[in-house]
Amino acid sequence: MVARGLGKTYRVADKQPGLGGTLRHFLRRRHRDVPAVTDVSFTIQPGEIVGFLGPNGAGKTTTLKMLTGLIHPTAGSATVAGYTPHRRQRGFLTAITLVMGQKQQLIWDLPPLDSLRVNAAVYGLDDSEAKRRIDELAEMLELGEELTRPVRKLSLGQRMKAELMAALLHRPAVLFLDEPSLGLDVNAQARVRQFLVDYNRRTGATVLLTSHYMADITALCPRVLLIHGGRLFYDGRLARLSERLAPWRQVRLELAQPLPAETFHPYGELESLDGAAVRLLIPRQQLTEAVARLLNELPVLDLEVSDPPIEELIGRLFRKGVVA
Amino acid sequence: MNRRWPRALAPELARGLRIARVLLVTQYAYMLEYRAEIALWALSGVLPFIMLGVWSAALTGGGGAAGLGLGLSQAELARYFLGAFIARQFTVVWVVWAFEEDSVAGRLSPYLLQPLQPLWRYVAAHLAEQATRLPFVVVIAALFFLQQPAAFALPSPARLLLALPAIWMAFAIHFLLQSLIAILCFWSERAQALERLLFIPYLFLSGLVAPLAAFPPGVRQVAFLTPFPYMIGFPAQLLAGLEVPIASSFAAMAGWIALLLPLTALAWRAGVRRYTAMGG
Repeated sequence: MVARGLGKTYRVADKQPGLGGTLRHFLRRRHRDVPAVTDVSFTIQPGEIVGFLGPNGAGKTTTLKMLTGLIHPTAGSATVAGYTPHRRQRGFLTAITLVMGQKQQLIWDLPPLDSLRVNAAVYGLDDSEAKRRIDELAEMLELGEELTRPVRKLSLGQRMKAELMAALLHRPAVLFLDEPSLGLDVNAQARVRQFLVDYNRRTGATVLLTSHYMADITALCPRVLLIHGGRLFYDGRLARLSERLAPWRQVRLELAQPLPAETFHPYGELESLDGAAVRLLIPRQQLTEAVARLLNELPVLDLEVSDPPIEELIGRLFRKGVVA
Repeated sequence: MNRRWPRALAPELARGLRIARVLLVTQYAYMLEYRAEIALWALSGVLPFIMLGVWSAALTGGGGAAGLGLGLSQAELARYFLGAFIARQFTVVWVVWAFEEDSVAGRLSPYLLQPLQPLWRYVAAHLAEQATRLPFVVVIAALFFLQQPAAFALPSPARLLLALPAIWMAFAIHFLLQSLIAILCFWSERAQALERLLFIPYLFLSGLVAPLAAFPPGVRQVAFLTPFPYMIGFPAQLLAGLEVPIASSFAAMAGWIALLLPLTALAWRAGVRRYTAMGG
């Protein structure tokens, strides 16, 4: 997969508020060009699993859509599995798949097996081959009698796994996954993650994945692409990136009574303060000591340590200009 | 003639037939989930029967059907409206609503990423819905004859053989016309408002509210320049066993399909180009 100087600029209507603005807009429409993605270049080798990170609105989905052929780039070019995506030739469409968290391709009122049969026919799999692949995927995803239950009766996690089955039945060589674990509970997230690792190992498929969950990225992606404001800021090993990101851990506190903001400066960086609820970012190497001091010195009712959401870490990174 | 092309085409044909079979079976299963709703839709299509009541009342006061220039007996008029009801039941098209719902819900992108023209899914859904309607239509027709025993007559096998392709072609014309409007969704998300514009001439010129013979000659001449009279009137007349120019009507329908098919394909291509330019 190769992207060379890939860019997308949207034309949006520019309208001032109020009646005057509306009339002016009606008579003389004005447009503004808004760049969503600018000059993005990278190469992904067959079989690689790459994480695609960036805050909301950074251009992740636009880039994925350009690589799947759903959006025509306004600059640069892309080659995926040997094809130009936006031509959407049949060879290309059978070589790729796109899984978008909440967009379902399963027929709501029928069991997943019916949708799988349709996909098998569309991708030209004969009955015995389709059955073999359905059995294999069902085993990997731990789906059984759920496949004969109407989709609307399935839990979110079961539905997501059935979506993955439908998206992978034709055994695509390139997977684009946009938030594949969004909304799933921790167990279901872990199972989907394990499945993706197994699938990649078994088929040698290339995977490009976006996720809000740091755990997805650390478990799956040795390499990450970091995009912000439509530009690619980082392309490299996750280990090197997490040296910059991971020194921070998030500590949530619930106090017996509200305290002024200055109180928390000696312990770490104050992220938010809402009455008695406090969120701090504390360097990893000082974590044990800082937590012990917090418990000793402040009226703490509850304390929770977690990885900060990836968006927040990346946001900090950009605010501090570490990457730029 | 190149003798190799049929062989190259055979796997494509087999693939197409398999997709058609699986889509039809799946969509039929889906429609059966909604059989109660579909029965209500079939019942709500009784406009021709209401029109029959209106016309019958007008005829008893106006010196009979011949007196109004229809050239039909009361029984023939009843059979015509039953034919119109049946033709309407198997040519109902709702692709513009389904397409709009799918594009608003974001289901269009996954469809566009599969190696199958998305409109085929809607064709299969319509055909499956017609199969679900069939038993309700038979029951309603039987009740109609019980109520109007004088009008009872089954079409001759020859007429039935002609009426079937006429209904399918009428469905094809209606489907293509509405697909053209549905494709406008790529430009404006509320394309179904335009469907209303199509519905008015369809209602009056198709023969749904009155046989075309009831219209003044000028209106009739204009009507036959449009596809509408072939969408209900022609198959209804075939089913009712009435006199109707068969060859020229089939030729006109074939002509409309030959015109609308490439037009829909072109519009689709332009629509997808627009969709991919605007951001999917």
